[in-house]
Amino acid sequence: VTTAVEKGVTTHVYRVYIKAKPQAIWDAITKSEWAERYGYACRQEYDLRRGGAFRAFANAPMLAHGAPEVIIIGEVIEADPPRKLVQTWHPIWDPESAAEAATRLSWEIEESPEGYCKLTVTHDLAGAPLTAAMVAGEVPNAGGGWSYVLSDLKTLLESGKSLAG
Amino acid sequence: MNRIIVSLSSARRSRPLRPNVLALLCRRTAQREIDVAARAHSRRDGRTLTELESELEMTRFGVMKHLRVLENAGLIVTRRAGREKRHFLNPVPIRLIHDRWIDKYTERRVSALTALKHELEEAK
Repeated sequence: VTTAVEKGVTTHVYRVYIKAKPQAIWDAITKSEWAERYGYACRQEYDLRRGGAFRAFANAPMLAHGAPEVIIIGEVIEADPPRKLVQTWHPIWDPESAAEAATRLSWEIEESPEGYCKLTVTHDLAGAPLTAAMVAGEVPNAGGGWSYVLSDLKTLLESGKSLAG
Repeated sequence: MNRIIVSLSSARRSRPLRPNVLALLCRRTAQREIDVAARAHSRRDGRTLTELESELEMTRFGVMKHLRVLENAGLIVTRRAGREKRHFLNPVPIRLIHDRWIDKYTERRVSALTALKHELEEAK
């Protein structure tokens, strides 16, 4: 099996349809009390202004495995609530990832007249092959990447519960 | 099998507009679509229709037809970059099927086996 990394994919696009309001999706992306309830379940901070800081923090199991307190850093490039968020996204949970280039991540939320939303996550991963493999879910024992996170986000917003229960 | 059918029909009820990935995956001609999708994914920054056409032994019309099916199923997402339309593979619908079908019991069993494998490999 050849991986995305071997093939040199540098931009990933992930899309999921969610039966929720744009504001609910926006909150789930940007507010810590939501971010802790799905995906990798990490506390995070967003200063939603241009140039504002983004940080994600290791959760208890990650800390027990030796992760640093802050695992991802970034900067807000554009925040247009509840429609569009563009930011840098730089994992620093290990020296190898920290040594890679910062990546660029964009979140776009589009509401349909039928009352569901289309969430598109575009991740530009140029110069960050290890991070690319991580977010593609291709690193063993490192979870399912964006596919898993977005599937769980959908489950949480539509059912009130995450996949992990 | 019944469970699968039930879960499929409930999936359809709760998400009427969700593209039907399963129907696509079950189609006999899906292999051609998978070839197109794999090719779209095979290079950085997505592929244009012209690139896909030149890389696959398929007519432009054939590639367009398969891309339309894939796009309707949500497996291909297109983005415009300047004057070009690029096609990207979207893996999320496959994950949704996985998450719907692999129940917690199975997941635990799978992760227990993964953990065991890991421990045995570490012990070596």
